Amino acid sequence: MSIEIKTNTVEPIRQTFSHIRRRFGDKPASRYQEASYDVAATLNFHYRPQWQPDKLLNDVTRTCLVMRDWYAVSDPRQYYYGTYVQTRARMQETTEHEYAFCEKRELLGRLSDEQRARILRVLVPLRHAELGANMNNSGIAADGCATTVVQMHIYSAMDRLGIAQYLSRIGLLLDGGGTAALEQGKQLWLEDPLWQGLRRYVEDSFVVKDWFELSLAQNLVSDGLLFPLIYQKFDETLSAEGAGDVGMLTEFMRQWYAENSRWVDAMVKTVAAESESNRQQIETWIAHWSARALEALAPLAEISAGGAAFASVQQDFLARLNKLGLNIQ
Amino acid sequence: MTANKKKLGLKDKYRYLTRDLDWEPSYQDKKAIFPHEDFEGIKITDWDKWEDPFRLTMDAYWKYQAEKEKKLYAILDAFAQNNGQQTISDARYVNALKLFLGGISPCEYQAFQGFARVGRQFSGAGARVACQMQAIDELRHVQTQVHAMSHYNKHFNGLHDFAHMHDRVWFLSVPKSFFDDARTAGPFEFLTAISFSFEYVLTNLLFVPFMSGAAYNGDMATVTFGFSAQSDEARHMTLGLEVIKFMLEQHEDNVPIIQGWIDKWFWRGNRLLTLVGMMMDYMLPNKVMSWAEAWEVYFEQAGGALFKDLERYGIRAPKYVEQSTIGKEHVSHQAWATFYQYSQATNFHTWMPNEEEMDWLSAKYPNTFDQYYRERFTFWREQQEKGERFYNNTLPQLCQVCQIPTIFTEPDDATQLSHRSHVHEGERYHFCSDGCCDIFKNQPQKYVQAWLPVHQIYQGNCGGADIESVVRDYYNINIGEDNFEYLGSPEHQRWLQWKGLNPAVAPLPKAS
Repeated sequence: MSIEIKTNTVEPIRQTFSHIRRRFGDKPASRYQEASYDVAATLNFHYRPQWQPDKLLNDVTRTCLVMRDWYAVSDPRQYYYGTYVQTRARMQETTEHEYAFCEKRELLGRLSDEQRARILRVLVPLRHAELGANMNNSGIAADGCATTVVQMHIYSAMDRLGIAQYLSRIGLLLDGGGTAALEQGKQLWLEDPLWQGLRRYVEDSFVVKDWFELSLAQNLVSDGLLFPLIYQKFDETLSAEGAGDVGMLTEFMRQWYAENSRWVDAMVKTVAAESESNRQQIETWIAHWSARALEALAPLAEISAGGAAFASVQQDFLARLNKLGLNIQ
Repeated sequence: MTANKKKLGLKDKYRYLTRDLDWEPSYQDKKAIFPHEDFEGIKITDWDKWEDPFRLTMDAYWKYQAEKEKKLYAILDAFAQNNGQQTISDARYVNALKLFLGGISPCEYQAFQGFARVGRQFSGAGARVACQMQAIDELRHVQTQVHAMSHYNKHFNGLHDFAHMHDRVWFLSVPKSFFDDARTAGPFEFLTAISFSFEYVLTNLLFVPFMSGAAYNGDMATVTFGFSAQSDEARHMTLGLEVIKFMLEQHEDNVPIIQGWIDKWFWRGNRLLTLVGMMMDYMLPNKVMSWAEAWEVYFEQAGGALFKDLERYGIRAPKYVEQSTIGKEHVSHQAWATFYQYSQATNFHTWMPNEEEMDWLSAKYPNTFDQYYRERFTFWREQQEKGERFYNNTLPQLCQVCQIPTIFTEPDDATQLSHRSHVHEGERYHFCSDGCCDIFKNQPQKYVQAWLPVHQIYQGNCGGADIESVVRDYYNINIGEDNFEYLGSPEHQRWLQWKGLNPAVAPLPKAS
């Protein structure tokens, strides 16, 4: 049985906006499509930027890669603002529950002194690297063109601030609510030789001018090696030692990384497939930044999950690149 | 692990969750990392003095914003399902939405990218984070506006190619050049322009008229967007005030630079809002208040108190503020008279006010409407009733700065058109006012670049041998659907059908 409510149907005179119709045909469009395509200005800019007079606003030459249409890149998650915040709100609700539980049961109190020191040394300084990722993605959101591309980067920028804040809360928990662990973590980030490779990598990324290169250095290469090493392999190490409770505090990062990689892969694959010259340039950049990242992360691998685990992370990363149609040795 | 809980205060905790994430770089020069921070001459001696205008961690941001989005989209769905477009006050109202979607929504997008840039470029992490939140909020606004208008687009003309039109159509270069101007400026001027002058000083004159207009005219979709964006706007306003106070407190050398920006952006904002004034006085079937009243409440009273407060920093009220006091009684009429004449080249309809509406205008503008405008409007209506609806087939001269046709009158004589000109490097440039002329003289190298739609048409850069082909082929305005007079338009006829009235006997408003 079904009941039928009589409604007054009014035939629409068109299905969607003209710019959406030109792309997808004359049919009802999704909210992702109407929110994400062809909203950004593309021509007739009035003035040149005082901070970069050799370019226009929304200038496609802020990367040396060439696309006939940057809107060819789309988000496999189909996030527009509304779906983005609602997904993160659900994730943060679970995360909040985990942090509260951890705090209430004082689960970190069960760690040995050595484990606590190691967790501090490995996880807490990463909050600074996350701020770097936040800055880079915000910069790309400003420099890039096509809403489908830049909106993924601004969502990522905010995600990275969120992750930096979760890591900071781990630091606060490690010190029973005090700031000593955060201060110690910052000292490590600034001075500990083990951290200097990564800090140099992050600071060097700040001066990269080509936004696509920067997105590769940050979102594909650095994240692609660091997240599996720290949030998977190091987490497994801790679990094996009986310190798996910490995993409750980093579950957000694992889930986020699995999701975030989807758009990074989709973007890189599409842009590399556009032309041979794009693909070669992307491979050159990845080769350069991978070498730097491996060097930067090797000492951190030693104090977290170990060299063997890092080797398997590298293997997985190479396999991922190959799947994207990239040839990297 | 220490058993005793050490509680951090909220302010300190927020500091550890935001600006304490930052560090002094040593592998790269700070100036190379933040290359835009110095060229405007603003001196920042201590970013640590930045007071966070709001304290919102990302987890809380996601949570609150998701709740707001959920409610908003539930209403938008209900609006579409129940054919909410049929219960608005009158189809003429939708023309205000056409102005909004083509004129404002793409500017929200510009604000998104502008804030993303300053959210990267400031060397103070507290300020960066506040700007990034505004960046993503602005993206929210453009996307929710598009979604709120999506249903209207299915039932009304003129909304269908808003972003394409924003880049091309003559009057849309007014808002576009305003935001292009801000985005091409340095980071501190950008914030003075958008966060302070626009969001803090003038937002109530943009946001409130449109959203109240929606509420008064039965537009549940847009008014719900308005309520949903209100708390975002409140955050943006507190950022605007913090920005200005922070810069003023950092160094006395900043004061004259900021005063110059306040003068410039006040005047540009004042000119831009002419379009909103016209919308309030002429396009809303159910009126909220007059433009002059809105200007008095939201600028003269609120702004007056603000500039009094800023006096202690050495800031005075914006230059030419007294001209805006005179102009508030004229600009909406002058703008509507212009758009009425050029309806063949706009994506919305125009019409002459009926007798009752003219009486309302007379009552609201006792010093100006009957004296300067009523007769002209009555004449046009009579012409229209005789079947000679007036369209102006010449193209108007535009102001080099605000890009509005030079339609405004002299502050001290409402019978004289205000016109200024200035020769720069052998070329003569034209302006609508002293305010716009000053802006040009202070930065001629910037304003000579302006993409002036009328010049571009005459230079052949907009296709087409005649205006009609420019309008049709370059603007993508559907001739006979999107443009011309409202009375008798396909949109008018469809509305009468919805309301069960016979289009054939639709009465023309009678002239007195």
